[in-house]
Amino acid sequence: MQQSTIKALVTKCFETTAADQERHLKPLTDELPLLDSGLDSLCFAIIVAQLEDDLGVDPFSDLDDAYFPVTFAEFVQLYEAAASERTAA
Amino acid sequence: MTHLRARLAQARPDLGARLDAPRATLALGALATLTGFGAARPALAGRNVLVRTAGQIGAAQALVELDGLARRIVLCPPDLEAKHLGHVVRTAEVEAIVTDGVDDVLTRLGAAVHPLSEPEVPLAPEDKPALETQWVLFTSGTTGAPKLVAHSLDGLTGAIAPPQNASQRPVWATFYDIRRYGGLQILLRALTGGSALALSDSAEALPDHLSRLAVLGVTHITGTPSHWRRLLMASQAPPIAPAYVRLSGEIADQAVLDGLKALFPRARIVHAFASTEAGVAFEVDDGLEGFPESVLGSAGGVEVKIVDGSLRIRSARTARGYVGQGAPALVDAEGFVDTGDLVELSGGRWRFMGRRNGVINVGGLKVHPEEVEAVINRHPAVRMSLVRARANPITGAVVAAEVALADPLGAESLEQKAALRASILAMCRSALPAHKAPATIRFVPELAVTEGGKLDRRHG
Repeated sequence: MQQSTIKALVTKCFETTAADQERHLKPLTDELPLLDSGLDSLCFAIIVAQLEDDLGVDPFSDLDDAYFPVTFAEFVQLYEAAASERTAA
Repeated sequence: MTHLRARLAQARPDLGARLDAPRATLALGALATLTGFGAARPALAGRNVLVRTAGQIGAAQALVELDGLARRIVLCPPDLEAKHLGHVVRTAEVEAIVTDGVDDVLTRLGAAVHPLSEPEVPLAPEDKPALETQWVLFTSGTTGAPKLVAHSLDGLTGAIAPPQNASQRPVWATFYDIRRYGGLQILLRALTGGSALALSDSAEALPDHLSRLAVLGVTHITGTPSHWRRLLMASQAPPIAPAYVRLSGEIADQAVLDGLKALFPRARIVHAFASTEAGVAFEVDDGLEGFPESVLGSAGGVEVKIVDGSLRIRSARTARGYVGQGAPALVDAEGFVDTGDLVELSGGRWRFMGRRNGVINVGGLKVHPEEVEAVINRHPAVRMSLVRARANPITGAVVAAEVALADPLGAESLEQKAALRASILAMCRSALPAHKAPATIRFVPELAVTEGGKLDRRHG
């Protein structure tokens, strides 16, 4: 899957979850710290579950050297890395 | 048996030691010697008292005031829904209610309501409470109504080491609410040790919270793995360097333990097994998930064994029993609590595999699958549903639902499925707290039913 597609999917997922959970989501710039995005832990948990359904990957569990992403860009990169690792495998 | 206020006074808290919340503080010294009940103390003596407060400080004050004075303290957790209060009052035979605010709901429960003021009046010398107060905490029940669990102060404080000398006093912080077992443990450590405690507040942003902990010089911090994962996602290095980091209330996996070790290289990182029913059972501090075989057996007044794959605990710290007529037994004939936590041995290490009764632990909050299924099944398009835990790296688990439709042809296109999913979710969100609503919904042609006619929960 193309990287731009993954970013679009992740963005859509953030927006849908924020709307569902009645959270005010800040504009999703690359530098936006996740903890300042307006989402709480439950929102992130839901996003990770839904992205696993959509993309077939859970980078937090799949990647050997998974780390906790800090910014929105890092979050997207984590999914891009996991998706490309799966494609390569 | 020494009462909580006396133990606090004996610990001789430092002048500045206090319970600290974002918008309120309470000096431990004042708590040790002053009362905020005034003339109401005689009316509370020997009564079963419900403590329902808006803030944690009020709850802490009520606990100190009531231990030894009340016959029974019933401590409401922050998220106890008002609709359950009637059940709680009847089950625990509540005769009086202590609160830090005015709440119309409370005045309609048929028990006298006593507002709590700041502790300003010295206790009369003859006011020496002498009862062995029963402490009642809450745990979630199958039908959504809470279960009431009885403890004694001695049992609750059984895992607490004797106070250290004043120069080595820790400064505590907890991400837990002190009105639940995990947070109450830390409140009792602070009070019996004369130590300051920084409380959390869900309305406070994490950076503000951490700045407050830094100002207070916090040394010992506790929370669930989900609390800690949130900290690990913070954009800046936290301004704190705790000596002691503790995780409990959920399964601590290797990723969160490693993350904390990297973030706080100098800290002693401990994950503990404790529950409202089983009390504090054991601690693991070797940095690895699960627990070593050496935990099994008897040590420090706690016996641990595994029967039929589930962890069993016997100690003086387990709860005394469930409250209410016809309540089930909390311990077996030999006095062991069956925690319902399933464990498996591999490579010399026991690891947690989830809950036998299917209870889902979302960031430390319990969800019974049946209560979520009941809501989903009310949707007119739904024939039946199956709810289970789905492993999640952020909150440990989330709620996942499989739904069989009354008319499988009613949602064939992607658009129809999306609309139906949204409609079921909206129903769940209006009927349930956020953590109980499914994170994912999958439509399935049918759900397996056992020969006994029950939903087959065995297959994953």
